[in-house]
Order: sequence, then C-alpha cells, then structure tokens
Amino acid sequence: MKVRATQAILECLLEQDVDTVFGYPGGTILNLYDELYRYQDKIKHILTAHEQGAAHAADGYARSTGKVGVCFATSGPGATNLTTGIATAYMDSSPVVFITCNVSEELLGKDSFQEVDITGIAMPITKATYLVRDPQTIPDIMRQAFAVAATGRPGPVLIDFLKNVTALNQTIDYEFIHWSENRNTSSIRRLAVSHGLKAPEPDLGDVEKLVEMIGQAQRPLLICGGGVVRGRAHEEFRALAERLDAPVAITVMGGGGFPGGHPLTTGMIGMHGSQASNVACNECDLLIAVGCRFSDRVALQPDTFASQAKIVQIDIDRSEIDKNVLTDHHIIGSAKRVLALLNERVPQYSHPEWKERILSLKEERQEGTGDRLTPSQILTAIHKAAPSGAIVSTDVGQHQMWSIQHFHFDYPGQLLTSGGFGTMGFGLGAAIGAQVGNPDKVVIHATGDGCFRMNCHELATVQYYHLPIITVVFNNGTLGMVRQWQHLIYKEHYSQTTLDRGPDFVKLAQAYGLKGRRVTNRAEMEQALQEALSCGCGYVIDCQVDIDEMVRPMVPGGAHITDFLLK
Amino acid sequence: MKRTFDTEKKLYTLALLVQDIPGVLSQVARLFSRKGYNIESIVSGESSQPGMTRITIVIQGDELMVNQIAAQCRKLIPVQVVKILEEDTSIQREFAMIKVMAVDRNTRDEVIQMANIFRANIIDVSRETLTVAVFGDKSKTSAFIKLMGDFGILEMAKTGTLAIERGRSALCDDNKLREEYNYGKNVL
Ligand SMILES: Cc1ncc(C[n+]2csc(CCOP(=O)(O)OP(=O)(O)O)c2C)c(N)n1
Repeated sequence: MKVRATQAILECLLEQDVDTVFGYPGGTILNLYDELYRYQDKIKHILTAHEQGAAHAADGYARSTGKVGVCFATSGPGATNLTTGIATAYMDSSPVVFITCNVSEELLGKDSFQEVDITGIAMPITKATYLVRDPQTIPDIMRQAFAVAATGRPGPVLIDFLKNVTALNQTIDYEFIHWSENRNTSSIRRLAVSHGLKAPEPDLGDVEKLVEMIGQAQRPLLICGGGVVRGRAHEEFRALAERLDAPVAITVMGGGGFPGGHPLTTGMIGMHGSQASNVACNECDLLIAVGCRFSDRVALQPDTFASQAKIVQIDIDRSEIDKNVLTDHHIIGSAKRVLALLNERVPQYSHPEWKERILSLKEERQEGTGDRLTPSQILTAIHKAAPSGAIVSTDVGQHQMWSIQHFHFDYPGQLLTSGGFGTMGFGLGAAIGAQVGNPDKVVIHATGDGCFRMNCHELATVQYYHLPIITVVFNNGTLGMVRQWQHLIYKEHYSQTTLDRGPDFVKLAQAYGLKGRRVTNRAEMEQALQEALSCGCGYVIDCQVDIDEMVRPMVPGGAHITDFLLK
Repeated sequence: MKRTFDTEKKLYTLALLVQDIPGVLSQVARLFSRKGYNIESIVSGESSQPGMTRITIVIQGDELMVNQIAAQCRKLIPVQVVKILEEDTSIQREFAMIKVMAVDRNTRDEVIQMANIFRANIIDVSRETLTVAVFGDKSKTSAFIKLMGDFGILEMAKTGTLAIERGRSALCDDNKLREEYNYGKNVL
C-alpha cells in the first residue's frame, strides 16, 4: 500500500501501541505535525512548555508504565533542548524514542537555519541514533528503533528525519504490522541474525554455581538495583530474598523493586544509605547484586567494597561486569529470567543470627517535634494522606534523598528519580508523564526550591491538561545538598547556594491557574494535603523548611562505606 | 575468586567487525576519546563478509581498561564482534611509503641497498628523491623508517597496524563471552 511518509511514521507508532506522545513543534517538523493533525483521534499529543520538559515527561511515562515513551522535537534548538532529557533517560536505562526532524538534504551540512548534527550530539547518550535520508527506510528504522529501545538493557534511541523525507508529497510502500509480529519481517530479524543472536537464556552452569555459593554462605546480602525495576522482576526478587532469608539493601534506582516495608529490607545503600545496609555490605560473606552497576554513589570505595564477601553480579549488560567493582561470579541475563531459574533451585534457608545482627541496626526516623516543619513531618504527612500506590517523582538534592529514605515503594515505577544523571528539573516533567500514563493514580512531585525553579514553567502543562499533580516544595531557601557539602567539607563557605529570592511559589501556582498554599507546621501541611487531594487540579505546597536541615546518614564520596561523616 | 588483571601498560590490538553504515567509524572512535583512551593507530577496510567492515585498533593501556573499552564497543548496535588479539597468537603488519631525499648517486645506492636488506621496494624515482615502500611488523617498519631518517625524509604515508589471528581461529568464532554480550543487544 502506498502511504505518505509522515503517515508511515505515525502508523509505525500505532504498530507499537503508542497512543501518547510528548513534544514541541517547529519549522522542520511541521510536516509530521500536519500528519498528527489528521491522527489526533488516535494519537494524543502533550504540548509542554519546553522540550526538556517533554523529554522528561516521555521518560517519566516510560518509567511509570513500562511502555516505550515517545518525544517529538524540531531541529536545532528544539533538538539540543532534548539532550539533558536524553542523557537522563540513558543513565537510568529508560526506553524512550526521540524523534526529531532536520533540515532538507540540499541544506544539510551548510550551517542552514536551525541545523544541528543531533545524531552526532546524541551518540554517546543513546543506545542508537538513526539519520533517515531515504523515506523507503522509514518502517524498518522505526521498528528497529523501538525494538532497540525496549529490549535487552532498555534505553533511549534518537531518529532524525530530514525534512524532505517527510515532505507531504513523499509516498512509500507500507503495510501495518503489529510489533508482536514485525520482529520476524523487518530489519530487526536481519539485525538479530547478523549478530548471531539466540533467544537469550542465562547459562545454567552459571546459575548452578551461584546456587552452590548460596549454599555455602553464612551471611548473604542482596542488593536490589535498577535492573529489577526495569526488568519488572520484583516478584521473583522478593521470592529469592525470602528463600535466602537474607537482608536486602536497595539502591536509589532499585526503589520499587522490593517492598520498602518488608521486614527483610535494610533500606537504601551507599552515600546516604542506612547504617544497616552499609554495615551489612561490609560484613556479608556473599553479596548478590541484581541489576546494579556499583556506581560511585553505591560502591563509594571500590577496593574495600564488601571486602569480606564473594561478589556476584546478575546483569543483562555484560559490560557492567567488573566495571566498577571486581566480582567473583556473574550471570548474564534478564533479572526476571535469572531469578526465576534461581528460585527453582534454591532451597529455603534461615539465617537468624545474621539477620538479627543487621536488622537490629535499623532505626526509626526522628520526627522532630518543634514548631518548625521538618522534612520528616512533611513526608509522614504525605505518607499518611496519600493512597498507598501513589507515584512519587523527585528532583535532585536533599529532598530526593529524604523522600527515598522515607517512603516505602512497593512496585516498579512507583518512584521516579534521576539517579544516574542527577538532573535538577526532572521531577515535574516526569510527574507529568506519569500522570498522563496513569490517570487514576495520585502523583506526588517532591522538589526543592532550586530544582523547582529550573522547570516550573511546566505548571502551564499541568494546568492545561488538568493533571492533578501535587508539587511539594521543600523550601529551605538554599541549594540544600550543595550547602550540606559546603557545611561539612568546605568550612561553611556558602558560595552561591543561598536562594533568598523570588518567586512566591503560591502566587506562581496561581499565576498558572493552579492552587497553592504555604505551610509552616505539621497541621497546616496536613490540611494542605487534604485540599490538594480533593481539589482535582494541580496544587503546589510551599513547605517552609529550616536552611540547615541535613540528609543523614552520609558517607563522603570515595570513603569506606561505613565511615559515616554523619549518622 | 576475583579475577586478576595485568596492570602493566602496554599496546593492545583490538579487531572489530562492524556493519558498513555511515558514521560507524566515528561512533567507534568516539568511545575511545570519551573514556579518555588514546588510539595509537586505527585501520578500517573491507572484510570477507559483504556489508561488513573490519577495524583494527591499537591502544595503550592496562588489561582492565582494554577489557572495558572492548565491552563498550560491543554494545554499539552496528558492532558485530570485538576481539582482543594476543601478540603471540596473531600476526601484525603495517605498510609505509617513504619519500627520501637522494640527490647524488652515492645516496641513491645506499638507499637502494637498505631497501634490499629490508625487502622494501622502490616505487617511484625522481631527480632528487626515491620513494620506498616497506611492509612488515612494527619493529621492522620502525627500524627502516629510522634508517631512512638519516637521508632526510621528505614525507611519509603509513598505515596503522593490521592484524589477523594465526591458525584456524577467526573473529566470528562462537564463544561464551560473545554470547554474553549479545544478550544485552538482543532485539527479539
Ligand atoms: C542541572 C543541575 N545543575 C546542578 C546540579 C548540582 N546540584 C545537585 S543537588 C543541587 C541542589 C538542589 O537544590 P534544591 O532544589 O533546593 O534541593 P534541596 O537539596 O535543597 O532539597 C544542585 C545545585 C544538578 N544536580 N543538576
């Protein structure tokens, strides 16, 4: 069948069951937006205030739904505005297909208006980039891009169409093939064959070896990493933890991979990890890390990390093995499949003494009772008021660590946070994507006054699409996390971190047609939350927090994992 | 047992088989600069398989670092195979064309003599110069270039190192490591 090239692009989205895209139009992508106009009944487009917001929204949509996110932008500045969002998705292995359009073939390479080599720029922050110069290749490239983004270790992919490829008089041969069937017909098959790929099945010998190691271990520890979340392997992970009767430490990216309230969990591990997690890591004799790359925020000092333990890494990406920490054994495969194979083979164990040693280190959080609102009080109030499955998206800084330490995340996609790239401004965009993808869930956006300023223009998107997102600003009048380092390590030289300036966040919310309230104590916080949950529209709670609040515990970067600077 | 790695810095040779598509060479080369690795030499050319290019890269580094860079290369979608070639199980060759000043007869004779000893060929002659082509392993070409330096080299064009394994071994051979890498790239 002959169809317009632009039609083929959108039909290829429908092949993938895409019904929502985020984006921002412009000169070179006009043709595609013209086609979108004809497809508005089938594909919903969310227009954000800025391309970065669109990128984070597509990412948040992907993380919270488990589907591939899609984001459109025009050439030049539109495309470069995406880059922080692309890098954020890349560092956290989030599957997003970014679609940009570039200038026409005859203008390419001439520094034409709004021309930029976005495939070149995006190369190190994507799994793959495609520059489409021939309209006939559209179906192949679109199908391959989605397959690459979603399979193996997921991640972002960028497709850049030359404007002439999308010309409205351009037609190509096209046949709709649903994604579940197109894997055998398109270039995907050829790609798989050329790489000699077989159905990915973990090596059984490697699995058996781990079963044996488990049998010899007296003090096993499990680490739940982002791979458990991306691989939706939470049930298998939980089953293994219970079989092993072993404590479970959770990385920032692993939040939601193991129930936060489970008796076996020791909470976060690493720089702001709990005593229990970090001590367990130091004392265990077998450490099984699932989908975790031992980043410098987890394995602060790689040489002494888990020095008494045999370290086993389970990962889908072979290049993660021995990258940051040398291991004793590894199994390559999807977390879900490897854990299922282990569960078939591992008997029930019991480690009462070891468990007692570690779990007794777990501490109850101090609430703080004075008149000043503490971060803990804010989070407890949210925890009590919000339904249990509420999605929490965070920005980056102290409020991020407080939120992750405090909340219990029970399923993959419940916590949306930029763990790998640490992108300030991620939170609101991600919350928008999550709310669009999960209209029936409550979405809480926890942010700091610095981060919120970076992307607060997306309140316009929140208002326009009637997204009842609750933004909770931990307003401490400072770039808190940076200040904390300045306080502890830089002799209290508060260089350029004090935010004694506007705007008034409540008025800002109102200016965007939303509701808002400033709160200074626990009772006001509880009232504000009730209002926010019942008002049915976006709501900003401006929480006045002391400037000197700190994230505890803390181990400085590069130090031994139990050398706490703050307890 | 934790794996142990050779920490001595030395030259390593990587052989890659990649799909012949635009930008693939820059994609591979960029990985090295991104990680701060210095490429000693890079050669790219046809392979025996249609549509596939063979790239040979020599880098200076220690074993862990070379493993890591090979691992990163393997992740690129157009890259089919990456293998670190061992010095004693592979053959390494390079090729150079050297234009030397040889104005008088004595110099000419001397250059030609040297060339004979090294089994190099005179491939061009002019009134003032001789152009010599030499082929061999790195130590041979380096030694020859050094000798030619005494006569005054006007210019030189030289390839990087090309390498192939001895015996029956080939890049595409199946092995567990290769399979492990391919899981991550699986698109089925
Ligand atoms: C785009 C970007 N710029 C700078 C940083 C460095 N940074 C990390 S945390 C932080 C402070 C964030 O301050 P705020 O939003 O007020 O949050 P708080 O730490 O006070 O909770 C900064 C500046 C970053 N992570 N991202």
